[in-house]
Amino acid sequence: MSIFIDETTTVVVQGIGSQGTFHAARNKAYGTQVVAGVHPRRGGETWEELDAPIFSTVAEAVAATGANTSMVMVPAPFTKDAILEAYAAGIRTIVAITEGVPVHDMTVVYDTVVRDGGVRLIGPNCPGLISPGKANVGIIPADITMPGRVGLVSRSGTLTYQIMHELAQAGIGISTCVGIGGDPVIGTQFLDVIQAFAADPDTDAIAFVGEIGGGEEQRAGEWIRDNIPDTPVVGYIAGFEAPAGKQMGHAGAIVKEGGPGGESAAEKQEILAGYGIPVADNPSAAAALMIERLGRG
Amino acid sequence: MDLVEFQGKQLFARNGVPVPPPGAVCRTVEEAVAAAGRILEDGASAVVVKAQVKVGGRGKAGGVKVVTSVDDARAAAEAILGLDIKGHVVHVLYLEPASDIAEEYYLSVLHDRVAKGDLIICSRQGGVDIEEVNRTDPAAVVKRQVVPSERADGLPRAVALEVVTAAQLPEEVREAAADLLVALFDAYLAEDATLTEINPLIRTPDDRVLALDAKVSLDASAAFRHDGYADWALEGVDGDDPLEARARAEGMQYVKLDGDVGVLGNGAGLVMATLDVVAQNGGRAANFLDVGGGASADSMAASLRLVLSDPAVRSVFINIFGGITRGEEVARGVLGAVEQLGDFPQRLIVRLDGTNAEEGRAILAEAAHPSIITAPTMQEAAAQAVEAARSAA
Repeated sequence: MSIFIDETTTVVVQGIGSQGTFHAARNKAYGTQVVAGVHPRRGGETWEELDAPIFSTVAEAVAATGANTSMVMVPAPFTKDAILEAYAAGIRTIVAITEGVPVHDMTVVYDTVVRDGGVRLIGPNCPGLISPGKANVGIIPADITMPGRVGLVSRSGTLTYQIMHELAQAGIGISTCVGIGGDPVIGTQFLDVIQAFAADPDTDAIAFVGEIGGGEEQRAGEWIRDNIPDTPVVGYIAGFEAPAGKQMGHAGAIVKEGGPGGESAAEKQEILAGYGIPVADNPSAAAALMIERLGRG
Repeated sequence: MDLVEFQGKQLFARNGVPVPPPGAVCRTVEEAVAAAGRILEDGASAVVVKAQVKVGGRGKAGGVKVVTSVDDARAAAEAILGLDIKGHVVHVLYLEPASDIAEEYYLSVLHDRVAKGDLIICSRQGGVDIEEVNRTDPAAVVKRQVVPSERADGLPRAVALEVVTAAQLPEEVREAAADLLVALFDAYLAEDATLTEINPLIRTPDDRVLALDAKVSLDASAAFRHDGYADWALEGVDGDDPLEARARAEGMQYVKLDGDVGVLGNGAGLVMATLDVVAQNGGRAANFLDVGGGASADSMAASLRLVLSDPAVRSVFINIFGGITRGEEVARGVLGAVEQLGDFPQRLIVRLDGTNAEEGRAILAEAAHPSIITAPTMQEAAAQAVEAARSAA
């Protein structure tokens, strides 16, 4: 098994410009069922690169193809409406890759789609997710990993790739890797993914990559201690050297000056250690910790 | 983007949040003297001279002075301009007519990350550190989540009244405070703010309420729907480093730091991790720079040019994980960038991993550029970058 996406996932792509087409084609080449594209003015055309139909709306795409998942790659000003449209069309898994979505837009999206709608929204500002050997939805490079039994959850794209790559070199594969995104308001939290991994019979161990800012890692750590204390879990928190008050690329990554405690990397590391979860000082060390726990594949 | 006080007050005023009568923005002592003279001539009994920096605790640090004469205004301006407040040097002053204060309260609207919604905070105790009040007397701090139905058409006045009543603001000012809160919430939504804070919110002797201070953070992601957003960037105000301003204009994610190892990489998390590894090897990063996904020769050259234009940079650590962009392309990007830049004294330590990393490293090795050193792991690259910076010092 795996979480959130697998071989039964059927994807409609919202935003079929050059980037959307490039990544959708990669996803399809990996074996993902990319069944339709949506473009408000190109309905009825064929999406040549994907050999798939284009519809004017998500509702039409769902009616014609039965797509159950949407990948959103429209520009940031249109992302709120795109996600709301996918939700209204009955899509239950939405993967929003777009970065730079305004916070107030995401507040509305979160209330409507996640809190009230119960939809699985991944992102925005995320690399997507991959269940190796089954499906890849988003921009994660697929050839640096392989199927396996480690679940990986991360707020950072390239750091995730780094850890997947190092695990793969040690012969350790991945059940599902989820990039949840670096924004303040994202649909799926650390804890949501970790709970899904805990319920997945094919995930035996969990690696996570967190960042400075917020308290998601701590909440997830507390849940792990209370519910799955025997599952091997290792992590890394990026930003030990981040100065207070500066935003570091990701909109959510900011250590607040005089803000609530536990937002710096060192504080998070200490809190998680208290829950029995080792947090490495750098990504390679996190991969090494996992390799040590599981043995080489 | 964080605004300084006078900008926050401008933003409040245009959204109907009552503020003191407009004052003057001054960059020199002479400007401040002239402005104080005008304000006193207009009938104000006193003028307040305030440092415009993006940090709290200005009053305690000597950054706020009330004066009643032009001579005192001169002395105040001389004392405050150039003052270092928690590492923020004062280059801009704001002078406004001093307000008569009967009482001081606290009011803010902010985005609450944990609840993923809007939060109103109100307290009868203002003009002091609200975090401290929250620690010592939590009952004095009223927090009210705004539910989705309440934000759709602006904050209902009944909710605003409920909040100021719960915070035990005196009956005489509750109606006015409720009106102000409705306007503040409008400003928060309309301007795409993530924080609008008034501390203190004052009661005047004639029972009006005014925002005596303003702390506003705007969501940079929403800049596309706000004409004039870029105008908030203020020359000479701390936090607006010239290199950071240039990077913003070029669409790069750059943060100036205080070390001597220039850092650039692809992906915010990877760059943060790079700063960590540099520190673990005994060095200090000079900056944070995320070049983004592509790492083409052009984007690499633009990034390198920015990093190298910082005189503090003695070596540069280029940390790239090849994902979809393959190692060969990254290597060619680095070589192309170096060619575009011509001669520069700093060594570049390139760590390339991921898809086709070996092919990429082979290309770099073959080019044998005298400025480029390659390293297979982050740790080794960091050690080399720190060493290169040290020997160049």
